[in-house]
Amino acid sequence: MSPILQGLITIVLGVGGCVTYFYLSNLVLDKVIFPPKGRDPGRNINRANMVRPWLFLLPAILALGTYLAYPVVGSFWRSLFNRDGSQFIGLGNYEKLAGDDTFRQAVMNNFLWVLFVPALATFFGLMAAQLTDRLKWGNFAKSLIFMPMAISFVGASLIWKFVYANNPTIGLINAVRDYFHLMPVDPLQIPFWNNFFLMVILIWIQTGFAMVILSGALRGIPEETVEAAVLDGANAFQLFFKIKVPQIMSTIVVVWTTITILVLKVFDIVYATTGGNFGTQILPSYMMQYMFRDDGRATAVAFVIMIIVLPVMIWNIIQARKETR
Amino acid sequence: MADLKLENVSKSYGDVNVLKDINLDIKSGELIVFVGPSGCGKSTLLRMIAGLEKITGGTLDIDGVRVNDVPPTNRGIAMVFQSYALYPHMTVRDNMAFALKIAKQSKDQINAAVEKAAKMLQLTEYLDRLPKALSGGQRQRVAIGRAIVRDPKVFLFDEPLSNLDAALRVATRIEIAQLKESMPDRTMIYVTHDQVEAMTLATRIVVLANKGIAQVGSPLDLYERPENEFVAQFIGSPAMNLIPGKVTATGAQTEVTLENGVKAHSDVPTVDSDMGRAVNIGIRPEDFVPGDEANCCFTGKVAITEKLGEVTLLYFEPQSGRDAVIAKLPGIHNGLRGNSVTLAADPAKVHLFAEGRSLLYR
Ligand SMILES: Nc1ncnc2c1ncn2[C@@H]1O[C@H](COP(=O)(O)OP(=O)(O)OP(=O)(O)O)[C@@H](O)[C@H]1O
Ligand SMILES: [Mg+2]
Repeated sequence: MSPILQGLITIVLGVGGCVTYFYLSNLVLDKVIFPPKGRDPGRNINRANMVRPWLFLLPAILALGTYLAYPVVGSFWRSLFNRDGSQFIGLGNYEKLAGDDTFRQAVMNNFLWVLFVPALATFFGLMAAQLTDRLKWGNFAKSLIFMPMAISFVGASLIWKFVYANNPTIGLINAVRDYFHLMPVDPLQIPFWNNFFLMVILIWIQTGFAMVILSGALRGIPEETVEAAVLDGANAFQLFFKIKVPQIMSTIVVVWTTITILVLKVFDIVYATTGGNFGTQILPSYMMQYMFRDDGRATAVAFVIMIIVLPVMIWNIIQARKETR
Repeated sequence: MADLKLENVSKSYGDVNVLKDINLDIKSGELIVFVGPSGCGKSTLLRMIAGLEKITGGTLDIDGVRVNDVPPTNRGIAMVFQSYALYPHMTVRDNMAFALKIAKQSKDQINAAVEKAAKMLQLTEYLDRLPKALSGGQRQRVAIGRAIVRDPKVFLFDEPLSNLDAALRVATRIEIAQLKESMPDRTMIYVTHDQVEAMTLATRIVVLANKGIAQVGSPLDLYERPENEFVAQFIGSPAMNLIPGKVTATGAQTEVTLENGVKAHSDVPTVDSDMGRAVNIGIRPEDFVPGDEANCCFTGKVAITEKLGEVTLLYFEPQSGRDAVIAKLPGIHNGLRGNSVTLAADPAKVHLFAEGRSLLYR
């Protein structure tokens, strides 16, 4: 069967299925369960209307339950077993993690990532949004800054691997060093600082995202408040930091937390550049290391990541809600 | 303490000319009101005085100093915006204190100024609220308070009351009048659409039209002695009736024969050379009185009546494509609709216009 036909059939079945589900379930509710007749038809109508929202929610709840809630519980359960899942070992995996130096370093590094990447990406995004706003070629600059968003993390890592390359004829940094007659270095092997060289990649990618969202928010600020502040004597810095930034604070928080959540998931950059060597391990790439080799340990790491992300996520949702209100 | 002098002030956006050759002398302590049809450049002129808009021609002096290139803050002006423009993330207190903080005044000074303004505007109990927790009227008072604490030489208001409901508008208008009285040496410039605001608040009204000033004068000056047909029709509501005719007798009193042969008289003097000139006589609806053949100056068939209790408005059937003549008679009049009515007017209240300009000024 041709793929197009397959697609069409899927669409028809899916849409038709939805329509049928909603039509039939409402029909059953109105005609069979709570028919508007008998002794008290008004009450039956009210009851039917109370049930109705749940009919519409049900498919989504089922899907989310299956693909979200069940895996969470399932992975937690799996993390209590040994590497091939044959033996229940309680919190053994977590104990092993706590005793592993690499894990502790990954936590430490991840902490640095969470601290610096969202902050710098948001900051640069904000600056770019503000500075490109009044420029004639601002939109061109914006598309340039946004472009890295369209590159996969692995692709971006490869690009930056060239920037960091040891060979002065390839690596940008060493080319500059070479110009000043300095010995080539491998930035990715400089202890501690190599973490920051990796973070640069993610900041480079995420600045575009922050810029686009924040530039929209900046445009939403009523022009009069800015003019009033100009009349009140505010200079450019005061205008920006005392009038504009506070008015888009909730958007800044949303951007910040969104990037934070992303940071806690990104493994590709470390995976594709250093492979976690030279003290650059972070939790997601640490997890990848154990995946398929020791699923118990890997799911335990996944669970730790989830615990860390959860508060940030809740905060993010609260802020995003506040903003749409 | 601030005299403003606008000399040939013009504004254009690229090729689009919005205002040209505005000349205006504003004395310290005046309350000047800008009125004019929508889009005639009232806000633009105000914003040029504030420094928010570049002046593209001519000069603006404040107290004898050319300020064209002086940044807004150093012009000694404060502005109240139609949309209030409060800082949404700051409490009422911080909103009012912002300018003083920027100016690095001491905490005590700031507090004293804010408390004083708040008391004056009855905002004391709202000082620690955010703007979103205030009603429209309260917000506008905060905006006014923000202007007051800075103690500027010139206050600028751009339609400050147009977002308020009718009752609140009256109350706030009176507050602004009192505010002005409590600061007799401060200059205020006020933009409005509302005739009542203009007539009650202004020391002088500036009518803007056609990229320029149509007339400047005290409210009653504009009402009683409009310089041209535009001002005559813009000030007063309903607008002044204009009825075409020909001058048939000149002298201290002028006789105009209208198209339907009726003779109207005006106290506006004319000279011999005006004989036979095509003119419009202008009569305000409220200046019509019921008349008879002898002293008549208008006869027509009533198309619609509006009884407002206090007055009755008569809309006559329009003649040959002109605006319908309107009369405003005191009291209640029944049974006029569909009938022919004859009206007279005191010659002292009949205006004369030739080519759009009043014959009173020449
Ligand atoms: N950036 C601009 N470019 C071109 N024309 C403009 C620009 N800004 C304003 N104008 C024009 O200038 C004119 C005056 O505008 P302004 O806002 O001063 O009118 P206004 O008298 O305050 O009207 P309203 O009573 O409706 O507030 C308008 O015709 C408007 O179209
Ligand atoms: Mg305006």
